[in-house]
Amino acid sequence: MTMKASSRQVDGVMIVDLSGRITLGEGSVVLRDTVKDLSTQGHKKILLNLGNVTYIDSSGIGELVSAYTSVRNAGGELKLLNLTKKVHDLLQITKLYTVFDIQDDEASAISAFNR
Amino acid sequence: MNATRVSYTLESTLASVNKAEQAATEAAAKSGFDEDECGRIAMAVREAAVNAVLHGNRYDPNKRVTVCFQTTPDALTVAVRDEGQGLDPATVPDPLAPENLLKQSGRGIFLIRAFMDEISFRSLSPGTEITMIKFVRGPGRDGNKEANQ
Repeated sequence: MTMKASSRQVDGVMIVDLSGRITLGEGSVVLRDTVKDLSTQGHKKILLNLGNVTYIDSSGIGELVSAYTSVRNAGGELKLLNLTKKVHDLLQITKLYTVFDIQDDEASAISAFNR
Repeated sequence: MNATRVSYTLESTLASVNKAEQAATEAAAKSGFDEDECGRIAMAVREAAVNAVLHGNRYDPNKRVTVCFQTTPDALTVAVRDEGQGLDPATVPDPLAPENLLKQSGRGIFLIRAFMDEISFRSLSPGTEITMIKFVRGPGRDGNKEANQ
């Protein structure tokens, strides 16, 4: 299954709805290009909705980390929304659960950006 | 003891990584692992295949990746072999170390160790073989695994 990404803006936050697999190859590239485009357009508040992401491998995890650091280095913030149990477990095993700001619902996530 | 052995010789491509993952899912299911365990085993095999294709064979069309599944009533054993320059697992940095936490790569072998019960590396000439074992759950083994955590 290929990965899809679509973006929408809510209260100044760019929400990227991701679906499918974030793995080495196409999935990782889609995520990288999407975040890069948003950063280039000047967006500083990016929320990745992973609710429909069915699978992430180590390359996908690396891509999430890369997105996080590139947005942060550009003076922005990147948060994660709606982790599935599998993705949650992976981030916990890799100790990245404490690195990312992880949100469970969209309204709270948007509020967290605008605090 | 009954043992079933299936072997795949694959090209050094991303399609082969997906093939190895799919074959692992099927082999794990046949071994009787539940859905979550099948997913973890498949991810471990996928990571090993990625290492073989990407870091071992470096997508070289003249080099092959071999993935071998051996199923016994006690365990599923998977060996992934490449024809690359070789790998010293001792030199792989700890991805949980604070200085490595935000690195983009370097988590593959860590995940394999996390998801499989035993792993070992063997140097070939040329190449590397990683062997991963997942034991079919039994009362004694569950106890041992918990004791080791």
